[in-house]
Amino acid sequence: MTPRSARVQQVATLIVVLAVWEGAARLGWLPKIVLPAPSAIAGRLFDLFASGLIWPHLWATTASILSGFGLGVAAGFAFGALVALVPAFERLVYPYMVALQTVPKIAIAPLFILWFGYGLMSKVVIAALVCFFPVLVSVMSAFHTTDREQLDMMRACGASRWQIFIHLRIRAALPTIFNGLEIATVFAVIGAVVGEFVGAQAGLGYLITTLNFNLDVPGVFAVLIVLSLLGIILHAIVRGIGRRLVFWIRSERPELLT
Amino acid sequence: MTSPVAERPALRRAAEPAASERPLITVEAVDKLYAVRQGEPVRALSDISFELRDGEVLSVVGPSGCGKSTLLRIMAGLDVPSRGRVLLAGERVSGPRREIGVVFQQATLLPWRTVLDNVLLPAQLQRLERARSIERARQLLDLVGLVGFTDKYPFELSGGMQQRVAICRALVCDPRILLMDEPFGALDAMTREQMNVELMRIQAEQKKSVVFITHSIPEAVFLGDRVMVMTKRPGRIARIAAIDLPKPRTLATMGSALFAAQCNDIRLAFSGRSEGAEF
Repeated sequence: MTPRSARVQQVATLIVVLAVWEGAARLGWLPKIVLPAPSAIAGRLFDLFASGLIWPHLWATTASILSGFGLGVAAGFAFGALVALVPAFERLVYPYMVALQTVPKIAIAPLFILWFGYGLMSKVVIAALVCFFPVLVSVMSAFHTTDREQLDMMRACGASRWQIFIHLRIRAALPTIFNGLEIATVFAVIGAVVGEFVGAQAGLGYLITTLNFNLDVPGVFAVLIVLSLLGIILHAIVRGIGRRLVFWIRSERPELLT
Repeated sequence: MTSPVAERPALRRAAEPAASERPLITVEAVDKLYAVRQGEPVRALSDISFELRDGEVLSVVGPSGCGKSTLLRIMAGLDVPSRGRVLLAGERVSGPRREIGVVFQQATLLPWRTVLDNVLLPAQLQRLERARSIERARQLLDLVGLVGFTDKYPFELSGGMQQRVAICRALVCDPRILLMDEPFGALDAMTREQMNVELMRIQAEQKKSVVFITHSIPEAVFLGDRVMVMTKRPGRIARIAAIDLPKPRTLATMGSALFAAQCNDIRLAFSGRSEGAEF
């Protein structure tokens, strides 16, 4: 099957599902409070933007996601590299990081609201903490799995430890690291929204709780769509950067990535 | 950079070199033991002693697991012997040395670097002057017929081409010695023969001393001024045989009766007649 006809079929499937959903809603088979019609959701989505109601919330959430993602990635990268490259660090600190990892981050959210307040800061910290672990794990495994023969080759060429790190390990680690970053984008959105659920004065998560409270179910769905789009865009950006930086993987295995 | 091949004498003394030829590398009573999880440590190499003479190609041939790769790693300074020592021009080898270039079984090119940048890597790591290194890299790529590929990436090249780039990389800092660990093992038979002829030519032009590890007897005989035969684990030297074939050797050499006789001679060294090592 050509990629083009596959794309056509995907779109057709979506249209059919939406049509059946719309029909079922109009025929009254679905209670409005459970599942509003797609047209009602689309209308509400339009209203949210037309009235300008969504903008401050969209802005607040985007800011928490981006800052949290940046912070979590930076910390994950630094710790991951330390764990992978400094044996003492791996021995002394890593076990505690694993233990910390098992704490459900979402469950600590109320505590973070208490510590960092209702503003942006608490959401940034929660989002950062949630992204931190996938980045940490991917960075660690990426540095641990540097090809033995390539390491030998670098040593035979007279490379110092630092040169091996700069010229081989970082570059060789990029494909795996970007897998972690892609997961982290999704996690950052979850982290920011959870923070807003628990306690906030703005943000899409806050907007969802408010609309939910007023039984504005189409509104809730509309905000969910906006949130998904936010996640998709961030994911696409990170993926695009990754594909550009690790161009050699795509060329070696084109069938995986087309 | 170097004199053309034609200026070199067509026939080299292949057998016994004159006494004035000093050994470039001396391997003295090297043992290598590997610790294993349970039981006795495994002995990979046992009492290996030989010399690499200046300008010669020494082929090392042996069955899989005879420790020939370990031997090469020790000579390259990538591994340490459990006993014994390796001397390079009289000096003990304790780590990678600039006088030694290594070619591995895999081309081990860095996939994010172009062909030229891969060749330049050692020069860059040693902080050699860039303009001169680029000039030398281009000359080497020209020598192996890859001058039109300088801006390609490794994944755009065939296996044989990749290995040629790896050879250029090993030569870019102009080492005196080339250590090669089954460099053509992953190539198909046709490409492999072609690479053998090409390596002969490069070696003659660049005047390098080469240790060439292989498990192919014809390859060892074709390339070697001498062939060192190793036994199965623990790796010992069964025999070191001088190869008396005129140079330059070509594909026609492989068809000659003399070549077949020399191969047979080496083959016999494997089949039990290996008690007395002949030098």
